[in-house]
Amino acid sequence: MSNNLRVKSSNYIDETTIVSFKFNGKNYHGYKGDTLASALLANNVHLVGRSFKYHRPRGIMTSGSEEPNAIVQVGNNAAITEPNVRATEVEIYDGLEATSQNCWPSVNFDIGGINNLLSPFLPAGFYYKTFMWPASFWKKYEYFIRHSAGLGKSPTKPDTDIYDHKYIHCDVLVIGAGISGIMAAKIAAKNNLKTLLLEEKTQIGGSTIYQNSEKFKIDNKNSSEWLINEINEIKKLDNLQIKTRTSVAAYHGYNYLLARENLTDHLSPSEKKGKIRQRLLKIRAKKVIVATGSLERPLIFNNNDRPGIMLSSAVKKYADHYGVICGKNNIFFTNNDSAYESAISLHKKGIKVQAIIDIRENSKSSLVEEATNLGIKIYWSHTVVDTVGYKKINKISLKKLSNDGQSTTGSKINISCDCLGVSGGWTPAVHLFTQSGGKLKFRDKDQVFIPNKYPSKQISIGSCNGDFSLNDIIKNCLNSLKKFLEIENIEYENLDIINPIETEKRNIWLLPSDKVIGKTKPFVDYQNDATAKDIKLALREGFRSIEHVKRYTTTGMGTDQGKLGNMHALGIVADTTGVKMSELGTTTFRPPYTPLTFGTIVGRNVGEYFDIFRKTPMNNWHLNNKAEFENVGQWKRAWYYPVNNETIYEAVQRESLAARESAGILDASTLGKIDIQGSDASEFLNRVYTNAWSKLGIGKCRYGLMLNEDGMVYDDGVTTRLSENHYIMTTTTGGAANVLGKLEDYLQTEWPELDVYLTSVTDHFATASICGPNSKKILNKLIPELDLSDENFPHMSFKEARIGKIKCRVMRISFTGEHSYEINVQANYGESLWEHCMEAGKEFNITPYGTETMHLLRAEKGFIIVGQDTDGTMTPIDLQMDWIVSKKKYDFIGKRSLYRSDTIREDRKQLVGLLTENPKEILEEGAQIVSDLSKKPFEMLGHVTSSYFSPNLKKSIALAVVRGGKKMMGKKLFIPMEGRTINVTIVDPIFLDKENKRLNA
Amino acid sequence: MFIINCPFCGERDQSEFKAGGEAHIERPKQPTELSDDEWAEYLFMRKNIKGVQFERWNHAHGCRKWFNMVRDTSNDEIKLIYKMGENPPIE
Ligand SMILES: [Zn+2]
Repeated sequence: MSNNLRVKSSNYIDETTIVSFKFNGKNYHGYKGDTLASALLANNVHLVGRSFKYHRPRGIMTSGSEEPNAIVQVGNNAAITEPNVRATEVEIYDGLEATSQNCWPSVNFDIGGINNLLSPFLPAGFYYKTFMWPASFWKKYEYFIRHSAGLGKSPTKPDTDIYDHKYIHCDVLVIGAGISGIMAAKIAAKNNLKTLLLEEKTQIGGSTIYQNSEKFKIDNKNSSEWLINEINEIKKLDNLQIKTRTSVAAYHGYNYLLARENLTDHLSPSEKKGKIRQRLLKIRAKKVIVATGSLERPLIFNNNDRPGIMLSSAVKKYADHYGVICGKNNIFFTNNDSAYESAISLHKKGIKVQAIIDIRENSKSSLVEEATNLGIKIYWSHTVVDTVGYKKINKISLKKLSNDGQSTTGSKINISCDCLGVSGGWTPAVHLFTQSGGKLKFRDKDQVFIPNKYPSKQISIGSCNGDFSLNDIIKNCLNSLKKFLEIENIEYENLDIINPIETEKRNIWLLPSDKVIGKTKPFVDYQNDATAKDIKLALREGFRSIEHVKRYTTTGMGTDQGKLGNMHALGIVADTTGVKMSELGTTTFRPPYTPLTFGTIVGRNVGEYFDIFRKTPMNNWHLNNKAEFENVGQWKRAWYYPVNNETIYEAVQRESLAARESAGILDASTLGKIDIQGSDASEFLNRVYTNAWSKLGIGKCRYGLMLNEDGMVYDDGVTTRLSENHYIMTTTTGGAANVLGKLEDYLQTEWPELDVYLTSVTDHFATASICGPNSKKILNKLIPELDLSDENFPHMSFKEARIGKIKCRVMRISFTGEHSYEINVQANYGESLWEHCMEAGKEFNITPYGTETMHLLRAEKGFIIVGQDTDGTMTPIDLQMDWIVSKKKYDFIGKRSLYRSDTIREDRKQLVGLLTENPKEILEEGAQIVSDLSKKPFEMLGHVTSSYFSPNLKKSIALAVVRGGKKMMGKKLFIPMEGRTINVTIVDPIFLDKENKRLNA
Repeated sequence: MFIINCPFCGERDQSEFKAGGEAHIERPKQPTELSDDEWAEYLFMRKNIKGVQFERWNHAHGCRKWFNMVRDTSNDEIKLIYKMGENPPIE
């Protein structure tokens, strides 16, 4: 391996442990402690990807989560490969495999690079404008756009990693463990507050920890030395928990935060086996201290995106922290003093720094003085006007800036280099603060947005609060903490702090070139390839709102959300339009701060745990008897029971015939059951159902229809009067929870005077429904002592009985039109009840049937299913169920709405039956119904809601809703399908046994 | 995500609660005597204010009780919580 790009003396790299990894198929070595980025740079690999639109070669720019270019795909296993990972955050381990994203066939030879040559034709909004017309061509365009624009590959197989969720409650949460975060955590923890300190990087200490300049001192010690001491102190504190590799993804209201704790991504495959990969922390903090630091700004100049052009602070960090030399011949380009820190640090390590180009006229800072004394050439009032080097920078051109900074003068100077460190000042990392609802203010002095109004109990401290010098950071931090944590005395009160003072400032958002803007490429958003030119074009085309400019140019819309260039985009808009930055406002930062993998979001809720489901007590029997299931709400319901490889159609035909010819049995346990008690129970039912309940005898059952206040059908079911003040209501399977909620709402808020108590007992009972001409004989075998005569136990009545020792409630009610009984037992006897029924029914060939057959049988009788034949726009009148709406009752829920001008219209959609001309033709549910085929587009009168082939009637039947359908009996209509038309006739929706003879058979 | 102080159970996470729309809209005692317009006013018209709003909330996954809340919808600050049947605060 090439050791020549390492400097000795990094405390954070273990040079004795060599790590091998693969990048783009090639083997490399790094050391333990390296990130993928630092290891690649140490191997002199700068080119790591291609840009999104123009496919320009791009290199590593930063050393942190703000990285826009070095976005890689980690892992080549179809189950656990991850796209959109920042090489600056990946810690290398033995066996790591990573590849560049968005380049094909390889990063060194990229076919999409042709877009770079075509770039004059690819301005902002190009895709929107060009591919608008003709619409039918979109499919073709899309194919090519998708292939050239992809950012990474999704895994194609289920994720085999383990993820976890954890709730944490703390008094104080500190986000970011730089110098201010560490001080805040120590103060909080020492004042008996349960404190959690989170840091996204591997180590705590921020950038102070590798600060080696003599010019930054705390209490006469180098700032790094002082901080290391503090770190050792806080590690001893009991009520302080520190989590590294933990990045806060979202900061919601009421101090609710989500953080991703990365547990094993830095380990080799054998070490991480069987361990949790990442944990999503759900944190509620009484108080939050945001200490997320600041991000260095780049400078926006012509061709500012070549590999080898990096942030000045990143060049310094790679040298000071990772011991890696980014270039052997460095130049810095800056508008502030911090590039001088980097230059001095490099120079002291023996790394060549040729020059510093500074757009300011001068600076009297002690750092500048030191750099001058070290013999580093400084070009004041100069700017870089161009850079050269396709896959890596090799030369820059600079010129003198005019006084107004809008143009250049003099002659061009060319200097060769292999690394250009840029610094455009610092941007406070206010992303989490704004996510939480915080409002920013603009500080003109150094052109930054800083926190202004806090929406919850939180403060921002350190450079994310706009404090950049060591002295400001510490002094302001202590003042805020005293107030925020309500502490009298703070230990750091009398620290002696020394740091260089920056006096001169000059900021130019878009630096001029010697070429006209149209001929330059000053990138503002590196990841999405948006240039200053694009922003100006958007403004010329009339976009004004910063949110619109963002979307039109896609500035800030990459996976990095434009962490580097957003401020410049705002600045360029402000300069061009003459609006003040403070009035322009910022775009919105949205969670997550950095991309989160879906695995972390769902945690343990995968596979059968993804969504809860409910099983009936008879579920095992259904499983053992090969039932197919369907989801109804959260329930798994037996759908049909195929025998000998029957299709669903064949099974349902067989089950339906058996139920009408002899006996069928249905698991009806899922129906909602609400126990209603109290002296006003009858009055309550009167108010919630459309029909009258006062005169229902004890031991009798009645069907009820429940409306919404808008008059539309909401739910239905049979309610039984168990005793004077005791009812049991059944609801639809899917509606149970909502019905209970609605009834509670009325009881508590509108009718608190009623003495009524509601209890959900759905899960307390198991229900088997036996129907068919032999059901009476079967029940007689099960409960011989019960008198089943029509006189003693008529249709719509109820008996309490026992099967053996088991108490049961038996209702003689029917949803199929057959003579039928519903037997309810305590839920844990459900399976036994079912087996008893099957045993007793054996001689009658009792046939278990599922929901599909139930639907068919009820459709033959014209019974509606709420939610299938209704859709929240059907009144009882629309359903031809006028008979159930009481004319005498003064009021019930929804009554007034039944005679609003809209609900009394005669041309509303009404429920009807449909018969097809060809009795074998089965209509499609949802098919549209028309009366006039000559006029196009067709006028659609309604649609089919339920459709089956009835084995009992030996013809196809359907229910439908048709405009004005009630008055159209016998009318012939059409159902246009692809390539043909089906002729149908409107009929009465009751197809079978209109006289109800079978109920008493 | 808010923390809501249920008047019956104490502070709980928002995920346990269900929002029930604008508060203090009483169901007319004699709906049949209302005109279509008057009934529509009760049935459909809601304010949906940006700012301080009176709302109904239900502790759906807790005690199932309904209660009233005064909330600033612009920043989700909960100003007051009081039981059903209690009078709304004046200002
Ligand atoms: Zn409660």
